[in-house]
Amino acid sequence: MTALVEWFTVPFQFDFMRRALLVSVLAGATCAILSCWLTLIGWSLLGDAVSHAVLPGVVLAYLFGLPFAAGALTFGAGSVALIGVVNRTSRVKEDAAIGVVFTSLFAVGVVLISTVPSDTDLTHILFGNVLGVSTTDITQILVMAAVVLTAVAVKHRDLTLYAFDPVHAHAIGLSPRRLEALLLGLLSLTVVIALQAVGIILVVAMVIIPGATAYLLTDQFERMLRIAVAVSVAASVLGTYASFHLDVSTGGTIVLAQAGAFLLAYLFSVRHGVVPTAWRTLTRRRARPPRRDRGLR
Amino acid sequence: MTTPALRVRDLTVRYGDVLALDSVSLTVAPARICGLVGTNGSGKTTLFKSVLGLVTAEDGQVDMHGHRPREARTKGIVGYVPQTEQVDWHFPVRVIDVVMMGRYGHMGPTRRPRRADHDAVTAALERTGLTHLAHRQIGALSGGQRKRAFIARAIAQDANLLLLDEPFAGVDSHAQADIVDVLHAMRHEGHTLLVSTHDLAGLARLCDEAILLQRRVVAHGPPERVLTPQNLVEAFGGSTGTVAEGVR
Repeated sequence: MTALVEWFTVPFQFDFMRRALLVSVLAGATCAILSCWLTLIGWSLLGDAVSHAVLPGVVLAYLFGLPFAAGALTFGAGSVALIGVVNRTSRVKEDAAIGVVFTSLFAVGVVLISTVPSDTDLTHILFGNVLGVSTTDITQILVMAAVVLTAVAVKHRDLTLYAFDPVHAHAIGLSPRRLEALLLGLLSLTVVIALQAVGIILVVAMVIIPGATAYLLTDQFERMLRIAVAVSVAASVLGTYASFHLDVSTGGTIVLAQAGAFLLAYLFSVRHGVVPTAWRTLTRRRARPPRRDRGLR
Repeated sequence: MTTPALRVRDLTVRYGDVLALDSVSLTVAPARICGLVGTNGSGKTTLFKSVLGLVTAEDGQVDMHGHRPREARTKGIVGYVPQTEQVDWHFPVRVIDVVMMGRYGHMGPTRRPRRADHDAVTAALERTGLTHLAHRQIGALSGGQRKRAFIARAIAQDANLLLLDEPFAGVDSHAQADIVDVLHAMRHEGHTLLVSTHDLAGLARLCDEAILLQRRVVAHGPPERVLTPQNLVEAFGGSTGTVAEGVR
């Protein structure tokens, strides 16, 4: 028992661990909220795209000594706009437009990295460095998380309506285009928050897995939001602690914890899980023959 | 003369080179049920989209109770009941949540429901016979119940002009009769309904008037005068075989 308590309390004495927990919990919560709409609209690939497309922005911010969030946000929002332009003005389908734009921007980032003499900080951007976040980073993350959470608190019902039935949203005088822009803006912010926690490569997991997990567990949207946040925050805390004790990558451990939660939901969700569904089919099949026999007689 | 619930003048819509609506003009008076019939590709959906302001017309004008589409939308004058195929039936919302979405136009910016909104939702569920199913996920309803859920949303919205896109598609005759009863009750309260349908046989029982559309208005008037063999051949094509196909 004391061993378990110490497993949590000992790392908490370190300042860097407290910062890491704060950042990964904030990233987990904001990403989880966004992931619910993304998985329902079918924008998972877009989350992947935005997270990769911010790389050149981060590198440029590093080169010019600007806040990383400024560079990342510019390229995050820019990539979404560019995908929209390519999609609308050519015959290329949306998934191809997404694929072309984000890989191209990511490649720009890779080339820029190779021009930088010392690239230690930039590998942190790719794989996350939550144990080394600075006070400036934390300030930026707090501001961005506050913006995301406020916008969601005010507009979550409109965003859900947009995800479910944009035509009805339009018919009652709302602007589906503006709601789409709001959601994409929030996605960019969230991706930038999560960059610090898990790095560019794994951000996409943070904006898909919690929503996908919660979708397997409930048929009610408000509950889906709560489950996603709970799963994601728990994975952030467990992952951060586990990575400390096992001395392995924090970002990787957080995502693995989320993947574990998804696997459990996939297998055992009462309504939509593989095992309960198979069990229901099995017991139904067993129950049927006697009934049919009686009918024949 | 009273202001018409819907007035369309010289509406022409083109998708690239394809002419979808060719100078369509029509007027529907308030508190009427108007059936909209025609083949697939006759422009029914395009007409709905134009009224809602979802497509840009090349020419012409739409008014609802004297308001242009944008104004009509913000004033909550127009409501829309979507086709079955347009809805994601796996979306995690319950019947009661969907009906509440009808109230969003009446709420403040955060869409937090007030007393009046809850009352309107309760009444709409009762009117459509869905009270006992209010907490079901929408995908767990039968075909007729699904249609009624979206009609309940329109009732809760209290829109004066309602556009219903194929409300009888994939619905059995018993469920169809229930829906027709609800629509008649709405008309009785002063709502105007424009209903696109493939069910020519049930048209006279449903509607006060009908419009036969084939990119332009072929006929507009009482159902029995619109559904003449001559008009049907013009709208649905040459032989009776193709007419039957068009009806399906």
